[in-house]
Amino acid sequence: MVDPVPGAAAPHHAPRTELVQLLTPEGDRVEHPDYSLQMGDDELRAVYRDLVLVRRWDVEATALQRQGELGIWASLLGQEAAQIGAGRAMAASDMAFPTYREHGVAWARGVDPLHVISLFRGVDNGGWDPVATGFNLYTVVIGAQTLHATGYAMGIQRDGAEQAVLAFLGDGATSQGEVNEAMIWAASFSAPVVFFCQNNQYAISVPLERQSRVPLYQRAAGFGFPGVRVDGNDVLAVLAVTRQALQAAREGQGPTFIEAFTYRMGAHTTSDDPTRYRLASELEEWKLRDPIARLKAHLSRSSIADAAFFESVEAEADELAARIRSGTLDMPDPAPTEMFDHVYAEQTPQLAQQRADFVAYQESFEGGEH
Amino acid sequence: MSETLTIGKALNLGLRKAMEDDAKVVLMGEDIGKLGGVFRITDGLQKDFGEARVVDTPLAEAGILGTAVGLAMRGYRPVCEIQFDGFVFPAYNQIVTQVAKIHARSRGRLAMPIVIRIPFGGGIGAVEHHSESPEAYFAHTAGLKVVAVSNPVDAYWGIQQAIAHPDPIVFLEPKRRYWEKAEVDVEATPDPLFASRVVRGGDDVTVLAYGPMVKTALQAAAAAAEEGRSVEVVDLRTVSPLDLAPVHESVRRTGRCVVVHEAPVTLGLGAEIAARVTEACFHSLEAPVLRVGGYDTPYPPSKLEEDYLPDLDRVLDAVDRAMEF
Ligand SMILES: Cc1ncc(C[n+]2csc(CCOP(=O)(O)OP(=O)(O)O)c2C)c(N)n1
Repeated sequence: MVDPVPGAAAPHHAPRTELVQLLTPEGDRVEHPDYSLQMGDDELRAVYRDLVLVRRWDVEATALQRQGELGIWASLLGQEAAQIGAGRAMAASDMAFPTYREHGVAWARGVDPLHVISLFRGVDNGGWDPVATGFNLYTVVIGAQTLHATGYAMGIQRDGAEQAVLAFLGDGATSQGEVNEAMIWAASFSAPVVFFCQNNQYAISVPLERQSRVPLYQRAAGFGFPGVRVDGNDVLAVLAVTRQALQAAREGQGPTFIEAFTYRMGAHTTSDDPTRYRLASELEEWKLRDPIARLKAHLSRSSIADAAFFESVEAEADELAARIRSGTLDMPDPAPTEMFDHVYAEQTPQLAQQRADFVAYQESFEGGEH
Repeated sequence: MSETLTIGKALNLGLRKAMEDDAKVVLMGEDIGKLGGVFRITDGLQKDFGEARVVDTPLAEAGILGTAVGLAMRGYRPVCEIQFDGFVFPAYNQIVTQVAKIHARSRGRLAMPIVIRIPFGGGIGAVEHHSESPEAYFAHTAGLKVVAVSNPVDAYWGIQQAIAHPDPIVFLEPKRRYWEKAEVDVEATPDPLFASRVVRGGDDVTVLAYGPMVKTALQAAAAAAEEGRSVEVVDLRTVSPLDLAPVHESVRRTGRCVVVHEAPVTLGLGAEIAARVTEACFHSLEAPVLRVGGYDTPYPPSKLEEDYLPDLDRVLDAVDRAMEF
């Protein structure tokens, strides 16, 4: 390093002890004094299935992008447990406010993968119904959704409803002014919102040390609500911690900040080159904490699942990948007039005129004059 | 000494030169260090100038511009990179209420030599917020200057001139043209920064463009020539201040004027230019000044961007309409 930034300190390293864990990287079930989880075997197998299927979806989407079928893809590789754990912790009537990477949460909320794919293919800006799914549209502008989530939670509060909101954000997003405003609002109004931060260690190329000098979960204390750091590669711990935070929110106890400590195994998006800013050794280290291998080890060791089960999940993943591929290739382009049709709830005369001119202009080509 | 450079590389070399020439120049932005920026415009600069002069910032645009104000007050020349056009808005408050006004508010005692580099415009198949043309918001704000380059020569010189300039400049880079090449004479005497330039001579219609649309306008002029029509193309180069004297001269000769930009037509730069050209050239005009731009819709999903963006056909269509009057 030439000439360090004035005042920059060495990167901090997160102490492991503060990490909530219910399943060790080796796949052993452990207990935690504050968080317990009772799960039946069926439920455990279902969670495993989710993890495998969203990973396969992600791998297929990355391949489709490489083949020119998607403009871009934001991979969730490595973050499956954080997302499935969080998504599964939600009640049907809760509402999620995602960023652009929460494909696993989308899956858990029952959003069709092709609706997410259509956004990255450039067909629309999100094809799913946020109201029906309880999964809001993706938000690309960093942090903006945390305020929407908080306002939505304030609405819940006014309605006296037993619901909660789960707002997703990244480690980089915590630097945005709007995210800080969201946390101030949430605290001041005791809004039933849980901030779920996936600390995947990087904001594109910028490491966490450039965003925060303290572990992220400790920030919550400054806003006046609890912060907890959970092993983001431990789906059981994420489930337990998020469930508890959402329940507290529903019961009127206000917000919680959850830092899911994890790692983005792939590139930021398919247009990024992570070899420019991180070491292969780091990747190798995180591979040992793979969220899927960990649960698989637990399931087989405790005889909750056998080879036949794992094979059936693989077969299902193959089918899903095939469906995603053919669905993408068959996806029709939108009608060009679409861009005029939803700008306003009540169309303006000016835009209606532009639309008509546009149609006439398009039709002039069919005459073959140009 | 001439080199063949892309716009991206020309900007990189221009930034390097500006940093060598003035130790007070500081680059700030998200991912501009090791990564060299998402478009690699700052590639290699942190390695050579260090982390204090090429600063990877936290992910906070208001922070980037707000701290730039303070640094400028201390005599630094911050060059802020906004990653994509649609992400300038968290910084909009700082730019419009502070950066733009401090010189006037301090009655000239405080200068704000800040450059805000923004890769702008569409055509790269991106998702939403990555393809916008926000120039009118800035041009509407007194105290800011707005420049939009269209080619490697202007990129190389323009970035250096903008950095050396005492006022805040929003420096718009045509992202879809980053990879276009041209010869750059790095020893030439550059054109002044705030000057438009006729880039193709013609007699029938004057077409004005800036940034990414200059190439489109030139393609349209070439196509029009095949049909025996002579189109003059002016690269505005500067959006605020506007340099319309050469435009007036051109329009007095051709009698017809078409303004092209990617931004939505309503209240865009074209509206301002049409009004000014009409005032100055009323008696020479054979046709109303026509505008070609984006529709008054949000920038659409990428499968529709070819329908949204002005292309050569839409420029030719406007040229035809101007000729029909
Ligand atoms: C306001 C704003 N600035 C910049 C960007 C460009 N950008 C997209 S993702 C990203 C990094 C986000 O990092 P983080 O919040 O940690 O989330 P992650 O992508 O790692 O999940 C940046 C800088 C943006 N989308 N919005």
